Amino acid sequence: MMMADSGSSEEVAVIGNTDITSTESENNIINTMVERGTALLKKMEINVAEAEKRTGKNTVNMQETYTVYLIETRPVEAVPEGGTPAAPDMLWRRYSEFELLRTYLLVTYPFIVIPPLPEKRAEFVWHKLSADNLDPDFVERRRVGLENFLLRVASHPLLSNDKIFFLFLTEEKGWRDAVLETGFQDKVDSRLKSLSAMFRVKNPDKRFTALKQYSDELNAVISQLLRVRAKVADRLYGVYKVHGNYGRVFSEWSAIEKEMGDGLQSAGHHMDTYAASIDDILEEEEHYADQLKEYLFYTDAVRSVCKKHELLQYELEMVAQDLAYKKQQREELATGTVRVFSLKGMTSKLFGQESQEQRESRLAALEQSIQEGEETVKEKNAECQEFVRTAWKDIERFKEQKDQDLREALISYAIMQISMCKKGIQVWSNAKECFNKM
Amino acid sequence: STQEAGLTNGTPVETSSPASVSSLFNRLQLDDDLDADSRDPYGCTETRDLFVTVDDPKKHVSTMETYITYRVSTKTTRIEFDLPEYCVRRRYQDFDWLRIKLEDSQPTHLIPPLPEKFVMKGVVDRFSEEFVETRMKALDKFLKRVADHPVLSFNPHLNAFLSAKDLNKRQGLALLTKVGESVKHVAGGYKMRARPPEFCAMGEYLDTFSQKLGTIDRIAQRILKEQSEYLTELREYGTLYSSWAGSEEELRRPLEGVAGCVTTCCTGLEDLSENMSQDFLPVLREYILYIESMKNVLRKRDLSQAEYEGRLEAAVLRKQEDRTPIPMEVEKCQDKVECFNADLKADWERWQSNKRQDFKQLLTGMADKNINYYEKVMQPVINDTLTRFK
Repeated sequence: MMMADSGSSEEVAVIGNTDITSTESENNIINTMVERGTALLKKMEINVAEAEKRTGKNTVNMQETYTVYLIETRPVEAVPEGGTPAAPDMLWRRYSEFELLRTYLLVTYPFIVIPPLPEKRAEFVWHKLSADNLDPDFVERRRVGLENFLLRVASHPLLSNDKIFFLFLTEEKGWRDAVLETGFQDKVDSRLKSLSAMFRVKNPDKRFTALKQYSDELNAVISQLLRVRAKVADRLYGVYKVHGNYGRVFSEWSAIEKEMGDGLQSAGHHMDTYAASIDDILEEEEHYADQLKEYLFYTDAVRSVCKKHELLQYELEMVAQDLAYKKQQREELATGTVRVFSLKGMTSKLFGQESQEQRESRLAALEQSIQEGEETVKEKNAECQEFVRTAWKDIERFKEQKDQDLREALISYAIMQISMCKKGIQVWSNAKECFNKM
Repeated sequence: STQEAGLTNGTPVETSSPASVSSLFNRLQLDDDLDADSRDPYGCTETRDLFVTVDDPKKHVSTMETYITYRVSTKTTRIEFDLPEYCVRRRYQDFDWLRIKLEDSQPTHLIPPLPEKFVMKGVVDRFSEEFVETRMKALDKFLKRVADHPVLSFNPHLNAFLSAKDLNKRQGLALLTKVGESVKHVAGGYKMRARPPEFCAMGEYLDTFSQKLGTIDRIAQRILKEQSEYLTELREYGTLYSSWAGSEEELRRPLEGVAGCVTTCCTGLEDLSENMSQDFLPVLREYILYIESMKNVLRKRDLSQAEYEGRLEAAVLRKQEDRTPIPMEVEKCQDKVECFNADLKADWERWQSNKRQDFKQLLTGMADKNINYYEKVMQPVINDTLTRFK
C-alpha cells in the first residue's frame, strides 16, 4: 500500500499513496475480513447496497417513518469473459431486525465477542452534523456500518455457520418466525441478569479480570477521545470558516485599488476555497470516528463475555459450596458430632434423639443428594472450562483483529492529516502568488 | 551600565560598527529594488545617505517614574550633520515631540504615524516584552519613513532628535502643543467652496480603505480567538492519545506517533497566533493611524484653500468697490495653496507606492506563515508516524 523510506537521511520518506480516501480505507478493512475467508464468504458476496425511507404503521398502530436497508447477496463465481455477473438476491431489512439478530447471537454464543451494530442514534456529534436519524449522511454512514457488521459475522469462523444468520441474509419473510422458534428469548432474561448482577466470585480467573479491566479502560479512553475529537472538529470548522470573511473584504477592497486590485480579488477567491475545504475534510474524519466507535461498542461485547464467565464461575462456586456443606452434614450425621448448627440437630437435642431408622433414612437421602451434587459440580466445572477455552480462543482472535483494524484506522487518519496539510499549503501558496502580483 | 545612568542624555556612544558607511551603501545599492511603479517622484533614491535604526530597549527606574528608552542609531554622509554617526537614547515622549514638531513645521506634508500613546494601565502591561517589542518596531518604522522622505528628512528637528545630547524640549513641549492647536484654528473663519475632485477621490479612498482595514483587523482577531480555542481542545486531544498508548502493546507506537503529531500541531499553532498578534495586527493598526494622519493633511489643505478663497473673495469685492488692487497676501496665499497641493499629491503618490509594498509584504508574510505551519505539521506525520507503523 505504501512505502516509507526510512533509510536515507537526506530525502523525505517516500509514501506511495497518501491520497487514500476514506472509502478506500474502509474497503481495506473489509478486504481483510473477506480475505480471512470463511466457508460462507467463499461462496457468497454480501453487500448492504442501499437505504430507503418507508412509512407504515407500527405496533401501536401509529404512522411512522423508518429506513430500510437493501441486503444483496451474490454467489462468488468466476464471471466468464464478456459475461455479466449473476443478478444478486435482495431483501430489505430495518435496523430493528439487525438488533434482533444480534440479540440472538449474543444469547446463543455467550463466549464469543459479538460484533457491534452501528449506533442507533448519532452521538459525539459536532455542531454542524445532524443528529437526526433520517439525515442522509447519517443514514449513509449507518448503511456502511451495517454492511460492516454483516461482514464481520460472515468472516467469523463460528458465527458464519449459524443457520439463523444465513436465513437473515436470504429469507425476507420467514426469518422472524425462525428466530423466535429457537426460543432464544428465554435466555435473554438470564443474560440481562448476569450483566447487571453484583455477585462476588471467590476465585476469579486472572486473565478475565485483566481483560475486563482493559476493556473498561479502552471504553473510557475511546469515549473521551470521541468527545474531544468532536470539539476539536467544531473549533477547526470555526477557524476555517472565519477565513471566508477575508474573501469578501479583499473583494470589496480590490474595488478601490488600481494595481493591487486584481491580486487582491484573486487572493480573496482562494480564501473562499480555503473556508469551503473544511467541509470535506471533516466529513472524511467522520469515517475515522466511526472506526473508533465500532471498537467502543466492541468493548461492551467483551465485557459481556467476561460477565458471563463471572456468572458461570459464581454458579460453579455455589454448587461446590453447596456440595461441601452437604458432605459436612453427612460427616456429622455419621459421627454424631455437631459442628455445624442445624435446626434439625438442635430440635433432636432438645426433644430427644431420633431413632436409628430416622437417622439412616436421612443419611441415605443426603448420600443421594451428595451424588447428585457431585454430578452437578462435574457438569458445571466442565461447562466452565469449556467456556473458558472457547471464550479465550475468540478473545485472542479479537485482540489480533483489534490491533490490526485500529492500526489501519490510525494510518488512514494520519494520511487524512497529510492530505489536509497539502490542501492548506496549496491554497495559501495560490494566495501568496496573488499577493505577489499586487 | 553606567552609560544609561544619564536619562535622555544623548551622549554619542562609541559604536564599534563592523560596517563603514560606504560599505553600507554598497550593500544597499545591491539590495535596492527599483521598479517602474515605485519610482520616487522626487528623484533618485539610489543614493540614500541617511540610515536610522531603533533598537535595544532598556527600562529606567527613577523615583518619579519608570519608562523605557530605545537606542537610536544614525549613519549619514549628509553635510547637515556634524558627525557621520550618532547613537542616542530616546523615549516615546521624544518621538512624540518630533512628530509634533514635524507636523507644525511641515503642514503640507504627510507625517507618518506613531504607535498609540496611551495604553490602559491594568489592561496592557507597558513593560512586557511583547508590548515593548511591538512598540519599538513601530517607532523604528516611523523614523525610517521620516528619514526616507525627501523633504522631512532635512527637517532641523529631525537633526536635533538624531544627534542632540539633550533634547531640552520639556519647557517647549507644552507651549508647542498649544501653538500647534492654534495653527489649526487660524483659518477657522473661512469656508471652502469645493474640494477639488482629485482630493475628493483621495478622501473617499481613505474612508473606504480605513473601513476595510478595520474589518480585516476584526477578522484577524476573530481568527486568533478561534485558533486559541482550537489549541485548547487540541492539547487535551493529544494527551488522550498518550494515555491510551499506555494501555496498549502493539498499538503503543502508532498512538504515541499520533500524540506527537498533535503536539507539533500545537506548537505550530502557537507560533502562527503569536505572529498574527505580534507582526500582522500591529502593522495593520499602524496603517489605520497613517490613514488618519493623511486625512488630517487633507483637512489642512482644505483649510488653506478656504483661507485663500476667503481672502480672494474679500479682495475682489473691495476691488470692485474702490479699485484697491489685490494685495500681495492673497497671491502668497494662492502660492501656499498650490504648494500644498503639489506637496500633497507627491506625498500621496509616495504613500500609495509604499502602501502597496507594505501590504504586499504583510500579506505574503501571512501566507508564508500559514504555509510554514502546514509544512511543519506534515513533516513528522510523514517521517515519523508512518515509519512507526511499519
